[in-house]
Amino acid sequence: MESPLEQFKIKALIPLHAGGLDLSFTNSAAFMVLAIAVVTLFMTLSVRSRELVPGRVQSVAELAYEFVAGMIKDNVGQAGRPYFPFIFTLFMFILGANLLGMVPYTFTVTSHIIVTFSMALFVFLGVTLIALIKHGTHFFGFFVPKGVPKALIPLVMVIEVISYLARPVSLALRLFANMTAGHTMMKVFGSFVVMMGLAGVLPFAVLIALTGLEIVIAFLQAYVFTVLTCLYLNDALHLHH
Amino acid sequence: MPQLDPSTFLPQIFWLAVLFGAFFLLMKNVALPRIGEVLQARALRLNEDLDTAQRLRVEAERSIAEYQAALDKAKTEAMAMVQKARDEAARESARRIAEVEAKLAAQSKAAEARIAEAKAGALGHVRGAAADLAGSLVEKLVGQAPSTAELQAAVGRAMDRRQ
Repeated sequence: MESPLEQFKIKALIPLHAGGLDLSFTNSAAFMVLAIAVVTLFMTLSVRSRELVPGRVQSVAELAYEFVAGMIKDNVGQAGRPYFPFIFTLFMFILGANLLGMVPYTFTVTSHIIVTFSMALFVFLGVTLIALIKHGTHFFGFFVPKGVPKALIPLVMVIEVISYLARPVSLALRLFANMTAGHTMMKVFGSFVVMMGLAGVLPFAVLIALTGLEIVIAFLQAYVFTVLTCLYLNDALHLHH
Repeated sequence: MPQLDPSTFLPQIFWLAVLFGAFFLLMKNVALPRIGEVLQARALRLNEDLDTAQRLRVEAERSIAEYQAALDKAKTEAMAMVQKARDEAARESARRIAEVEAKLAAQSKAAEARIAEAKAGALGHVRGAAADLAGSLVEKLVGQAPSTAELQAAVGRAMDRRQ
C-alpha cells in the first residue's frame, strides 16, 4: 500500500540543470502555476464587466481585495498601503495553493517546509530591511522593551532577539505543519475507507468532516500567515513593542 | 518524509521565486488596479448619487419655501381684495340708503304738501257750502238773504273758533 506521505513526493516533470544546479520543473512548480493561473483568471475575469452592482463572482473578488485591504488598514495603518500588492499576492498565493491542494489527486505546494520557509524568510528579511532603512540604528532599540530594570536588559535582549529570529521559523512551521498533518490525516482516513469495506462508512463520515475542517484550515492558515506578516510589517514601520 | 529531502529544495525555491514574482507582477499591474478601479468608480458613483440627492433635497426645500411665500402673498392679496370689496360695498350701500332716504323724504314732503293743499281745498269747499247753507237758512228764517261777504265772514269766524 502507498504511504500517506507519498502525496508529498516531488517529481521532476521537466528536468532542468543549469551549471550543475537542479532547477527542474517539478509537480510542485506545476501546481504553483496552476494556483497562480486560477487566482489570476478569477481576479481578472470576475471584474471584466466592471459592474457597478457586482454579481456573485465579482463580489468575491472585491471581497478578497477589501479583506486584505482591511487587514492592512487594521494591523498596519495608512503606512502599510504601499505593501498592499505584496500582502495581497502572499495571501492569494497561500490560499490558492491551500485550496487547490484540497482537490483530490492534487499536490499541495504549501505542505513543503522549504516553500513556506522561503516565503517566511523573504517576509522576515524584507520586514527587517524596511525597519533598518526606516529607523536605522534605532531599530535595535526594538529589542530593549521600555521599563525593564537595567540589570535585566542583557537577558531580556537575548530573549527578544531569539524571539525575533524565531518569527520566520514559527511562521513557516505553522503553515507547513497544518498542511502536512491535514493531508496526511485525510490520506490515512481515505485508506481506512478502502480497507474496511462496508464498515468504511465510519471513516468516510470522518473524512467528510475532515474535508470541511481542512477547507476552513486552508483559509485560516492563509489568513494567519498574512496577518502575522502584517503585524511584523507594523513592528518594522512603527517599532511598537 | 519527502519534505525533508534537500535535493528537492533548490528547484522548489527557484520556481517559487520565479512564479511568485510573476504572480506578484500580475496582481500588482493587472488584477488589483482593475478591482481598485471598479471599487473607486462605485465609491465615486455613490458619492455622486448622494450629492445629487442632497442637491435635490435643497431644491425641493427651496421650492417649498417659494410655494409657501407665494401662498402667503396670495393670501394677503386676497384678504386685501376682500377688504376693499367689503369697503366698497359698505360705501355703496350707504350711498344707496342715503339716496333712498332723500327720495323718501322728498316724496313724503310732496305728499304732505298735497295733503295740505287738499285740506285747504276741502276747507274752502266746506266754507262755501257752509256759507250757502247759512244764506239759505237765514233767507228762509228772515226772508231776506244776507250779503255774501257777511256770510263768509261769519262762517270764517265760527270755523276759526272751532278750530
